[in-house]
Amino acid sequence: MINMLKNRIIKGIVTRPIEPDLKIEKIGAELKNLVYKRFSRSFHIREVDTGSCNACESEIIATTNPIYDIQRFGVNFVASPRHADALLVTGPVSKNMALALKKTYDAMPSPKFVITCGDCAFDGGIFKGSYYVENGVKNVLPVILHIPGCPPSPAAIIKAILFFLKK
Amino acid sequence: MDEAYIYVKPENFKRACLYFHKKLNSPVTMMFACDERADKGSFKIYCVFMGIKHMKWIFVTMDTAGGRPEFESIANDIYSSGLFEREIKEMFGVLPKGNPDLRRLRLHGEVWPEGYYPMRKDFKKPGSTRDEKKEYVFNKVEGEGIFEIPVGPVHAGIIPPGHFRFSVAGEPIINLEARLGWTHKGTEKLFEDKSVDFGVKLSECVTGDSVFSNSWAFCSAVEKICKIETPEKAMFLRAVFLELERMYNHLNDISGISIDVGFSFPAMYAAIMKEKILCLNEKLTGSRYLKGANIIGGVSVDLNDWKKKALLKGFEAIDKDFKELKDMLYSSVSFMDRLDGTGILKKKTAEDLGVLGLAARASGIEKDLRKDFPGVYSKVKFNLMKESSGDVMARLNIRISEFEESIRLIRQFVDRIKQGSIDFQEKLKLKDGFGLGYIEAWRGPLLYWVKLNKSGIIDRCKIVDPSFHSWEGLCYSVLGDIIPDFPVCNKSFDLSYSGNDL
Repeated sequence: MINMLKNRIIKGIVTRPIEPDLKIEKIGAELKNLVYKRFSRSFHIREVDTGSCNACESEIIATTNPIYDIQRFGVNFVASPRHADALLVTGPVSKNMALALKKTYDAMPSPKFVITCGDCAFDGGIFKGSYYVENGVKNVLPVILHIPGCPPSPAAIIKAILFFLKK
Repeated sequence: MDEAYIYVKPENFKRACLYFHKKLNSPVTMMFACDERADKGSFKIYCVFMGIKHMKWIFVTMDTAGGRPEFESIANDIYSSGLFEREIKEMFGVLPKGNPDLRRLRLHGEVWPEGYYPMRKDFKKPGSTRDEKKEYVFNKVEGEGIFEIPVGPVHAGIIPPGHFRFSVAGEPIINLEARLGWTHKGTEKLFEDKSVDFGVKLSECVTGDSVFSNSWAFCSAVEKICKIETPEKAMFLRAVFLELERMYNHLNDISGISIDVGFSFPAMYAAIMKEKILCLNEKLTGSRYLKGANIIGGVSVDLNDWKKKALLKGFEAIDKDFKELKDMLYSSVSFMDRLDGTGILKKKTAEDLGVLGLAARASGIEKDLRKDFPGVYSKVKFNLMKESSGDVMARLNIRISEFEESIRLIRQFVDRIKQGSIDFQEKLKLKDGFGLGYIEAWRGPLLYWVKLNKSGIIDRCKIVDPSFHSWEGLCYSVLGDIIPDFPVCNKSFDLSYSGNDL
C-alpha cells in the first residue's frame, strides 16, 4: 500500500496530450459537453473482433490506459451491446463470425453506428480474397466511419472518434 | 542442417512415429499434409519431432498409397497428434483411420458444407453455405445438478472471439471445452502462389502480438532453403527486437492477471510500462509492433548510436519501474493468495498434450528453443527460467523472471553489435526446396515449414503457433477451480486466437 501511494505521488499524472498543440484536448473538452448533452452523459462503444490478428485490440485497449485515457472525453467501452451507442469492429469478418456480428448489431438499441478499425475491416486488407472472409464489414453492416491503419495507433483511434462525434 | 527427413512406407508410419516419440521424448510438435497429387498422385504426410539431444528436427514422412486419401491415425498412442489429424482431415480430406474424434476445428459446420477441402490445390469455393441444421456436438457431462454454461464467441472485454462450454456442478468446473476457429481466415492458403516478400508481410499479420517472431520464423525458413547467410549484426538486431516483443507482451499479461483479480493499480502501472516499450519500438523501427523490421536476409533498420543510447536509457527507467511493480505485486498477500494454487497444469498433462514454451516451463518442463537450438543466443549468457508448481503464480513468476532476463539479454546483444551490414548484400537468388523456421516466441516455439517451387514462389506454408497445443492445456488447468477463476487462468496463459485459428 505504501508502495502504491509512493508511486502515485512520484508519478503524478501520466496522461499526455494527444497532440503537442493541444488541439485535441480542446476538442475533447468541447466534446465532453457535447457528449454529455447528446448521448446523455457518455458515448458507449461495444467492440467486436471478427477475425483480426489482435493488434487492433491491443491498440484499442491502449486507448483506455492512463496515458491516452479515452474515458476523460466521456467515451467508454462497454461489455454488452445493449448498453452501446456504437459498434467498433475489427477484422475482415470471417465466415464464422458473420452471424455473431449481425446478432450483436441487432442487439443494440437505435440509433446505432458502426465504426470499423484497421485495414482488414475495410475491405479484407491483406486477407482479401480468401475463401473464408467476407472482405470487410461493409458487406455485412452499414459502416459510417473507418479508421485506417494496420494497426491504427491509439492517438489515431481517439482522434478519429472525436472528430466523428463533433460532426 | 538441423532437419532429418525419414521416408517410410504407409504401413510403417505409425511404428516410426512411436519410435521417435519414445526415443526423443518429444510430443508431435507439428504434423501436416501437402497436396502433391499433380506430381505424384498422392498426399504427403509429415510428422515432426524435436530431438533436443542431437539438435535435430525429425520429420517422419509418408505418401498416401493407392490413390486413397487416408493414413493410419497415431492419435490413440500419441495424444498430441490428435488435433493435427483433425486439421488434416478438414483441410485436405485425408482421413486419419482410427482417430476417434474427427469434429472440425475451424470450418464450422454451420457455414461450411461437407466435401470442400480448402487446402487442396484444386479447391473451388462453395456457393451459398449457411446451414443451421449442422450443430457442433460438445462433450457432454451428465449427472444430478450438473449444468452447462456457454460463453462466447463475443466476450465482454476487448478480446478476440472463442466459445467456451463449461460443465459445472455448483461452483467447481467439471469440464471445459473450447470451440475455436472463429477467427479462421484461410491464412495458410493465402501464402500459396505468392512471392516470399508478400509472405513476410502476411506472416506479420498472423498474430498481432507476435509480429516479429512470426516474420523471423518465416524469414529463417526461406533463408535456410535458399542458403542465404544472414550477417551476424542482423542476427543480433533480430534478437534485440524479439526480446523487446517478449517484454511488452509479458507486461501486458502481468497487467491482465492483476486486473482479472481486481488489483487495478499495478495493472495500470504495467499498462503504462507496456506503452513505454511500444513507444520505444516505434522510436527504433518506426512501428509500434515491429512491423516491416524483418526482410529476407536481414533486417531493414539499423541501431545507430543515438538509437542505442535511447534504448539503454529507456531501459534504465524500465528497470526501475519494474522493480516497483514487482514489489507492489509480491507485497500484496491477498493477490498472492488468489494466484497460489489456482489453475494448476500438471507436468504429466502438459507433456501428454504437447504443451511447450512458457506454460510448459511453469509446469517444470525444461525446454526453450533459445537454449536447445540456440543459434544467435549461443553468443550470450542465457538463463532458462523454470518453475514446478504449474499454477497461475508459477506462470506469473516465469513472466517476471523472463522479463528481467530479456533486459539482461538485450544489454548483452547491444554490447556485441558492431559496425557491419544489416542485410544480405547480394541479389536474392531463390531456390526450390523446403525448410523449417523456428523461433522461441514469447508464448513458446513458433514453427514455420515453408516449401518453395522452382521459381521461388511459396507452394505450401504450415504454421504452428504454440497456442495450438496450449489451448487444451488451459482447458485441463481450470478443472476443479471455480468459474470466477477462469479469466485469470486464461490470462495467465494468454493464448492467441488468431495464431490458433489461422
